[in-house]
Amino acid sequence: MSTSPAPAPEAAAGGVSRRTVLKGLGATLGLAAYAKAIAPLTEWAPSTSIDEFLQRHYKELSPLDLRVVLQRLEREAKQEYGVDVRISDLKAQPGVKFGYALNLSVCNGCRKCAEACHLENNHDRPSHNSYIRVFEMSRGSMDLEKGNAHYTHPVKQPDKYYLPVQCQQCEHPPCVDVCPVEATWKEPDGIVVVDYNWCIGCRYCEAACPYHARRFNWEKPKIAPEEINRDQGYLSNRVRPQGVMEKCTFCLHRTRAGRLPACLEACPTGARVFGNLLDPQSEIRWVLEHKRIFILKEELGLKPQFFYFFDA
Amino acid sequence: MRSLLAWLTAVLTVLLAAGWIGLRLTAAPARVDVPSPVQPARATESPRFSTTLRPGPATPRVRTGTADAQGPITVACSTCHQTTKPNPELRSAAELKQFHRGLEYRHGSLTCLSCHQASNYDALRLADGSTIPFAETMTLCSQCHGQKRRDYDHGAHGGMQGFWDLSRGPRTRNTCVHCHDPHAPAQPFVQPVLPPRDRLSVPAKSP
Repeated sequence: MSTSPAPAPEAAAGGVSRRTVLKGLGATLGLAAYAKAIAPLTEWAPSTSIDEFLQRHYKELSPLDLRVVLQRLEREAKQEYGVDVRISDLKAQPGVKFGYALNLSVCNGCRKCAEACHLENNHDRPSHNSYIRVFEMSRGSMDLEKGNAHYTHPVKQPDKYYLPVQCQQCEHPPCVDVCPVEATWKEPDGIVVVDYNWCIGCRYCEAACPYHARRFNWEKPKIAPEEINRDQGYLSNRVRPQGVMEKCTFCLHRTRAGRLPACLEACPTGARVFGNLLDPQSEIRWVLEHKRIFILKEELGLKPQFFYFFDA
Repeated sequence: MRSLLAWLTAVLTVLLAAGWIGLRLTAAPARVDVPSPVQPARATESPRFSTTLRPGPATPRVRTGTADAQGPITVACSTCHQTTKPNPELRSAAELKQFHRGLEYRHGSLTCLSCHQASNYDALRLADGSTIPFAETMTLCSQCHGQKRRDYDHGAHGGMQGFWDLSRGPRTRNTCVHCHDPHAPAQPFVQPVLPPRDRLSVPAKSP
């Protein structure tokens, strides 16, 4: 005995069955969702060249590879911003280990250092980003968490002191330890650097840094072409891609050429002392040997190469 | 077959000879020319560049408020001070009845003539009474601020521009008066540059 259902009246009448309509609807929705899901890829593809995608880790680049990479980055900067930048890759000098000291007795909290960093390192203009954060601290307090980095009143307030904090270039950098892809490491001259083309943007290093010294490029930095600092370094101030970490490098594109960092030159109070820790005649060594030095969060044992002192 | 062998031998000999001559001529084997990054000189080498002081203040001149084709007319300090009697007791511009009345003066208990030379107002006076030009104010300041001068001489006080590594470039240093007003040397109140707009810096709200 046959129990097969009778053909639907609509089908019999030459119409479309509900099943077909639902299938069609489902397929359309599925396709739309898929298109939406892969949309970022279509945006990503034109902005990432094959060369960039296939680029190897900085440490694995031969001198020739590196030259090709630098030329490509210069070409891309020209395409994107219309400016002729010069991306150098100065190597660490033998016999040099950089150190920085800051005199908290004279720092007046004017944030000129942060501004100089902003301009020198091609930071995103709308966010007014900088590698330096100046904390307004109550006298007698050493608690960074109670510091105010957002003051806008005139300085220096009589009952306060001002504590500029940037990357401390730790001897044992926790940010390097946590990086899952080894995109950040400590150079022989003590500078902790990031290969922006190798970083995957997981932000572990940002979480690991007890000094809040690392910044994340949430967006592609927006800078007017005429404001771009054209003297750039591969590991330092070239305009960063979106989605990678960045940090203070003691301006290594300047300091490895023998020049002073931008924040030091901008300081109107002369609070900053920079130099070679391995040179017994250097200014930084004189400060370390003659002033009462302290480091931030010493109990963590990270051995920062950034020192603070008060005038005796 | 034999002729072919002889021909090959001849060609090989010629090639070898040519190669040997070529090697002797170039004197070095050809190599791929890869430009290597410039390795800078060691920082510990003896300094070659000098540290220069930013030019100190010129001998000041006072505006008269009038101008001619060359610009505002200025006069030397001594123009007036030659005919006015010095007041060694004077400690504040507020006591003056004319000239310099707006001058803000906050520099301890010094009198005007502690630093200004009564016999020559176009120069300054050291504590021992000797005269030094305005360009050498550092010596004047150092009489009292010896510790600052010591720090300055060791690069631990005072702003600078240029090179940390003097084997690779010169350095320019501020003098005292580039940053400090000698009449009111404490750092003035200044409006800071606005802070970066990042979320981490916002202080936690107290409950």
